[in-house]
Amino acid sequence: MIWDLHCHLSGVDGSTPDERIAMLMEYADRMGVERLVFFMGMNWSHEPTPDDLRQQNHEVLQAISHWHDRAFGFAYVSPQHVEASLEEIGRCIANGPMVGIKLWVAGKCSDEAIDAIIERAAELKAVIFQHTWFKVTGNLPGESSPLDLLTLARRHPQVPIICGHTGGDWERGIRAIRAASNVSIGLGGFDPTAGVTEMAVRELGARRVIYGSDIGGRSFASQLAKVKGADIPDKARQLILGQNLRRLLLPILREKGIEA
Amino acid sequence: MIDVNVSLSRWPFRRLPDDETPRLVKRLKEAGITQAWAGSYDALLHKDVDGVNRRLVEECNTHGDGLLHPFGCVNPMLPDWQEDIRRCREVHQMRGIRLHPNYHGYKLDAPEFDELLRLATENKLIVQLSVMMEDERTQHPLVQVPAVNTAPLSDVLSHHPAIPFILLNSQREVQGEALTRLAAAGNVYFDMAMQESVGGIEKLLRLVPHDRILFGSHAPFFYHESASLKIEESDLGETLRRMITVENASRLPHSN
Ligand SMILES: [Zn+2]
Repeated sequence: MIWDLHCHLSGVDGSTPDERIAMLMEYADRMGVERLVFFMGMNWSHEPTPDDLRQQNHEVLQAISHWHDRAFGFAYVSPQHVEASLEEIGRCIANGPMVGIKLWVAGKCSDEAIDAIIERAAELKAVIFQHTWFKVTGNLPGESSPLDLLTLARRHPQVPIICGHTGGDWERGIRAIRAASNVSIGLGGFDPTAGVTEMAVRELGARRVIYGSDIGGRSFASQLAKVKGADIPDKARQLILGQNLRRLLLPILREKGIEA
Repeated sequence: MIDVNVSLSRWPFRRLPDDETPRLVKRLKEAGITQAWAGSYDALLHKDVDGVNRRLVEECNTHGDGLLHPFGCVNPMLPDWQEDIRRCREVHQMRGIRLHPNYHGYKLDAPEFDELLRLATENKLIVQLSVMMEDERTQHPLVQVPAVNTAPLSDVLSHHPAIPFILLNSQREVQGEALTRLAAAGNVYFDMAMQESVGGIEKLLRLVPHDRILFGSHAPFFYHESASLKIEESDLGETLRRMITVENASRLPHSN
């Protein structure tokens, strides 16, 4: 069972969300990926306006509307626009089909401005995905590192949070969030550097490690390789490829009556 | 299948699961690789380049099981580097060499690079050039090595039309029109270790003729499965799949 935590509609052939998701599903079939989580729309900006957020969420809602059996959506929100984000959570999650939130690079997640968003998502049992990187070349001004995520996770110790990209520089990323047991890592969206999954399983345990691809910028292939090629027990591989994500999603899926 | 992009010895900044040659060879065999062109990670930073090349040859002979073919290191910023080219061909009997201009500190419009290509042609060596080894964003803070700027390459290669020239790990740097132009510049080939995006090989085929794409994994730094799974992910059909994974590389001059 393979579930993909981290999928986008950008960087994909096709002029509409419907065309793009249909195209992606063909490749998902070929690679044995059963279910996919989508967030963010066709055109991105580092600091989205409330209108951008609405537009991008609209595109994801449109894309997943014909794929209820396979595709999930996370609402794209921003700590720069807390009110608009809470409205989007209401529209897309509380009153819509989405099951999580995605936070990207508009503002650091260590900033308390984000707390109202985290609390509302937690209330709804929505899964929280925060992009993180440790770039030796320098992060964007609002781009969180895994240490920023640690700060956030310590303020909300009961809320499960996913550390996107494992910080890219995973030897530092894994260490940064190691002590916060409510944090899982997302394996998608950096090169298939050998050893990452072995270290993650060793330091965090397999239950805190989640496969995701970051398609269309990445391939299923390079990202699946991190799990399929890792020297880890098969049981750990199953957890990482799908069971962990399913476990995190089950509470909200049950409330929505979605079968999984 | 022929993998044109593997490396032996130690990555300088961490141990890799498959950095012991017998383990790497086992992994390659399991993936159906029958021939792998191997450079050495020592080539990046060592200055005793012939020592690097001797160990590389010995490692291939001792643990390669007929599968590993050494690709030597030449660093034209070192004194008497021309002798290393001669040794690669005459002493070590290599098919080719692998260059790392970014780790060795020269640009592709340097006169030494031009001379190197001339000598490689004379010595009937395949030339591989690694555009990058590691994402710049994750490098060691004291050893930050930008990718090779390939802008001068089309021009330089047009003066050496006979040389079989393979760009490794190029797709993050060389894209779109620049890639198409480079493919037309000479006898230029590309591995696909760093080709990303969904159905990535199909996308590469829109920019590069199908006889110029070679299977390369960048293992053991990358999980070897990444390259094999890319071949699965793209809808290639049997003919194209065979060309990319075997035939294009086996048809290269000096390949056998
Ligand atoms: Zn992403």
